[in-house]
Amino acid sequence: MSVVETQHAAKTLMDHLPVLQVVIPLISAPLIVLLGNRKLAFAIAFAASATAFIIASLLLAQVTDGSVISYHIGGWAPPLGIEYRIDALSALVLMLISGIATVVLPYAYTSIKFEIPKRHHTLFYALYMLCLTGLLGMVATGDAFNVFVFLEISSLSTYVLVAMGAKKDARALTAAYDYLIMGTIGATFFVIGLGLLYMATGTLNMADLAGRIADQGANRTVQAAFTFIVVGMSLKAAMYPLHHWLPNAYTYAPSAVTTFLAATATKAAIYVLLRFMFSVFNPAFHFEDWTLYLIFIPFALLAMFAASFVAVFQTNLKRMLAFSSIAQIGYMLLGIAMLNATGLSASIVYLVNHGITKATLFMGTGAMVMYSGSAFFDNLNGLGRKMPLTGAAMVAGGLSLIGVPGTAGFISKWVLVQAAFENGWWIIAVLIMLSSLLAVIYVWRMFEVLYLTAPDEDCTATDPPLPILIPMLILAGACIWFGFDTELTLGSARVAADGLLAGSAGLIVE
Amino acid sequence: MDTSTALYLTMLIPIVAMAGNMVWKDQENLRDGITFLCAVLTFACVLVILSNVGNGTTEAFELFEVVSGLSISFHVEPLGLMFAMIGSGLWIITHIYGVGYMRSNNEQHHARFFACFSIAIAAVMGIAFASNMFTLFLFYEILTLSTYPLVAHKGTPEAVKGARIYLGILIGTSIVLLLTGVIWTFTIAGTLDFTKGGILEGKIAPSLLPVLLGLYAFGIGKAALMPFHRWLPAAMVAPTPVSALLHAVAVVKAGVFTMLKVGIYIFGIDFLAATGASEWLMWLAAYTIIAASVVAMTKDNLKARLAYSTISQLAYITLGMALATSMGALGGGMQIAMHAMAKVTLFMCAGSIYVAYHKTDISQMQGLGRIMPITFGAFLIGSLSIIGLPPLGGSWPKFLLMMGAADAGHLIIIGVLMVSSLLNIAYLLPIVGRGFFRPVTDTNLPKTFAEAPLLVWLPPAITATGTIVLFFYAGSIQDFLAPIVENRP
Amino acid sequence: MINWDFIVGHLNYWLFIILMMTGLYIVVARGNLVKKIVGLNIFQTSVFMFYISIGKVTGGTAPIYPVNRQGDIEYDPTIIYSNPLPHVLILTAIVVGIATTSLALALIIRIREEYDTIEEEDILRIEREMSAQDNKEHGSAMGGRA
Repeated sequence: MSVVETQHAAKTLMDHLPVLQVVIPLISAPLIVLLGNRKLAFAIAFAASATAFIIASLLLAQVTDGSVISYHIGGWAPPLGIEYRIDALSALVLMLISGIATVVLPYAYTSIKFEIPKRHHTLFYALYMLCLTGLLGMVATGDAFNVFVFLEISSLSTYVLVAMGAKKDARALTAAYDYLIMGTIGATFFVIGLGLLYMATGTLNMADLAGRIADQGANRTVQAAFTFIVVGMSLKAAMYPLHHWLPNAYTYAPSAVTTFLAATATKAAIYVLLRFMFSVFNPAFHFEDWTLYLIFIPFALLAMFAASFVAVFQTNLKRMLAFSSIAQIGYMLLGIAMLNATGLSASIVYLVNHGITKATLFMGTGAMVMYSGSAFFDNLNGLGRKMPLTGAAMVAGGLSLIGVPGTAGFISKWVLVQAAFENGWWIIAVLIMLSSLLAVIYVWRMFEVLYLTAPDEDCTATDPPLPILIPMLILAGACIWFGFDTELTLGSARVAADGLLAGSAGLIVE
Repeated sequence: MDTSTALYLTMLIPIVAMAGNMVWKDQENLRDGITFLCAVLTFACVLVILSNVGNGTTEAFELFEVVSGLSISFHVEPLGLMFAMIGSGLWIITHIYGVGYMRSNNEQHHARFFACFSIAIAAVMGIAFASNMFTLFLFYEILTLSTYPLVAHKGTPEAVKGARIYLGILIGTSIVLLLTGVIWTFTIAGTLDFTKGGILEGKIAPSLLPVLLGLYAFGIGKAALMPFHRWLPAAMVAPTPVSALLHAVAVVKAGVFTMLKVGIYIFGIDFLAATGASEWLMWLAAYTIIAASVVAMTKDNLKARLAYSTISQLAYITLGMALATSMGALGGGMQIAMHAMAKVTLFMCAGSIYVAYHKTDISQMQGLGRIMPITFGAFLIGSLSIIGLPPLGGSWPKFLLMMGAADAGHLIIIGVLMVSSLLNIAYLLPIVGRGFFRPVTDTNLPKTFAEAPLLVWLPPAITATGTIVLFFYAGSIQDFLAPIVENRP
Repeated sequence: MINWDFIVGHLNYWLFIILMMTGLYIVVARGNLVKKIVGLNIFQTSVFMFYISIGKVTGGTAPIYPVNRQGDIEYDPTIIYSNPLPHVLILTAIVVGIATTSLALALIIRIREEYDTIEEEDILRIEREMSAQDNKEHGSAMGGRA
């Protein structure tokens, strides 16, 4: 595995891509506030996130062969300086996050007119960009403490974004407050873990940490650090049973925010979990094996069944999708717990495909809510027929959520079950399939409401305007496209999984 | 036209038909004309493939690779070609019938109906020509999803409920059991390509083989093997052309076709015979044959009775596979063709009765045969073919299956087949008898000859003739299918 | 036999744990939203203390290099310095903590505007009424409950 070192002497723009990825959205946020113009704010935000997406694509193209880009901030060499490291895993997640951010923005431009008071629109874009900065930074950085800083940047802006739903429903405020308490506890746990790691090793650079942990082996300090980090991140990832903040936050946040968060926020947390469990801590570290087998698997299975079961009985579509998200996190954790290359690539590809799928569904729901006023099922009667293209996008998303062949969701489920068989865990394989049945039930409830019930007599709903329709159809198209062309998703995920399983060896700079 | 072009066209043309239906929603003559043309063209393409390939097997045409080792690819082999011929040929007839039925019965949403119908046909073509289990599974699910709106077509609470059961069982079994089995197979064999002699030999412990077979046998819910047969009667809420499509052309045939494909090309008949893994399946199929026939006798609703009859007849094909002899497999293959022709006749007759006089219960059909003799005549011929009397097509597969059972040394199975034929007589012929020989009780009925509209009674008459013709061509069908059981590449 | 060396030697950890637990307890047990935030602050402060204390090296002095008149650093390898890095890190965490607190207080003001209370029990009661209302209006799809 080759490591491309970028020294301070680097002059070309290409060499600075890893840091530009984070810096461009970061600068755009204060710029938006300073200019204070609503139209301009959208233009800047869109330009910045589109640039971030292009940068992420360029980065991914450089690392799909399994190489690693190491960027030294300010030319200070790691482990003393802060390092940005891009490998196949981080590039893939960067691309997901920036891609979703770009696609959601035009949709947000139209939808926030209904959901957020006008005077807050500029601030909305600024916070959106800060949130994006935080998520991208968490993924791009190779410095453990930097992860915490970016985590908090994204979290703090997320709390405000969620609270912006208060114009429609006051419960957005308490949802944001609950999220704040839980999120802060999670982030603080993460910092405690980092502190313990620093005590044991005297470094914060991930590559360096990995090397030193491998040298000294497991001791109680490292084990405590591992525990704190895993619990903290599981909270942010909404791992069952630490998911209580999620349903209310997703239900009451403005629909553009829900779309963005559902596709990216928990995914970035899963990324950090993967990074720490495999790159920083050695996968052969026995304490970790037990954690995976005794904690991750039971809770993942519980999430798959309990959360899906709860989803079946919801009367609000947004809430139903939120519970489905909790269930889907279970599948990702299950893939991690399988501890083999196929399982890890299943997790990673699940992360990407589910991000796209959920974004489609939440966006479609948001478009319908613009006409119906609420996401309660009885207000959505027959809207699929009144809004044919929106309905079609929801069908594509719903089928992908179930995992019907020919959709992105099928690929992720296929690889996950294959991984279970490779381990000889056929019971788990059957359980994965059984829990998909629950997804069939709740998705089909949605379809029946949208298509088989008669719309209200005076229903004037039509397909939304193009700024909403185009992003939605792009996402719906992606749900189908990635069910056939898996070169980008599964291909990168396989490289990423190999990189992770190579463990600390892949991180140490020669 | 070369074979691969024709093969892709068989899937593309129905899609064109669907698009035509969506675009010209309101011009019904143009719309139905386009669909008819597409149906004929699809059949022509299948004939081109037939003339190019005969009963040989082609290399796989790979469309693209999805995951390494798994690709969407197609090939031509005798069983699939026969299935494609049945599917596309009967599409023409059911389309004509569907147009007549939908128009004279004043059903709503014609465009949506025929669009979904066309996708279902495209899916059938995909299933017929799939060269690996992955491709087949993809089209299998497309078929389920595209027929769901057809079953729920009327939009009434009963229709929605029936459609829910339909979808629940088909999606449920296919995801939980079939997909698990497919991924398991892929994990141990490293491939899913349909290969003569199977791909599993020596890769799986003999004790696990019946389990894997069970995943497939129950997972292919479309084959309606008990206890996963409930969806078929539930789907009877659909308009009759859909029932004809489900039972005779597309869905159940896709199920048993998949079953045969799996038995022959994934497990391998010889491997099954050597390990005895399919013996339990044979008994289950035998049980389904008898039990479904008995249930059929208790049903007064004509379509429900026919539905249980289908369940029973489908189990013949599963039985043919489970016997694990070449005669059995051939008989199963032939049963697909013969049963399709006979059952489509019966369903179209049922629809014809409904269109003309809105009768659904057998007890109300007293004397109807004298008023609509063509319909009841066709029904009689179809019934005799199902029962298996010469000179009708349905007699041959039964004969082959009995020979297969004798080869395998299961004399009880021969007995089961005979009892089943008796039961068939008991539940089918009284309908005809009632129609022709009982006096008319309903005073609202006309006293003289008064058939359903032409487009409704003509198609069953054609297919009824077809069952007679097939009797004389059974030998060539057998020769045509013979290569599938020759265990030489 | 009490191991005094162990207890005294880990004094900073004991304090850290006590503060941390106090803070978490307040977050969980208090119903007043502002008090919850105070608890959260105590919890975060315990982590600050933890970081600061682990930077101390036994016998170490402040990590400042003496400079002679020419402005050159007089580096003496025999002097032991404490580790300044955790202190720097925790500056960041303190800033984050302040941001969190101010955001939380702002949220509480908005909550008071909407709910007229900052007691969790009252808020929960109001929200239960709201969802009961939702169920009455929209629950028909699921038999009257959500």
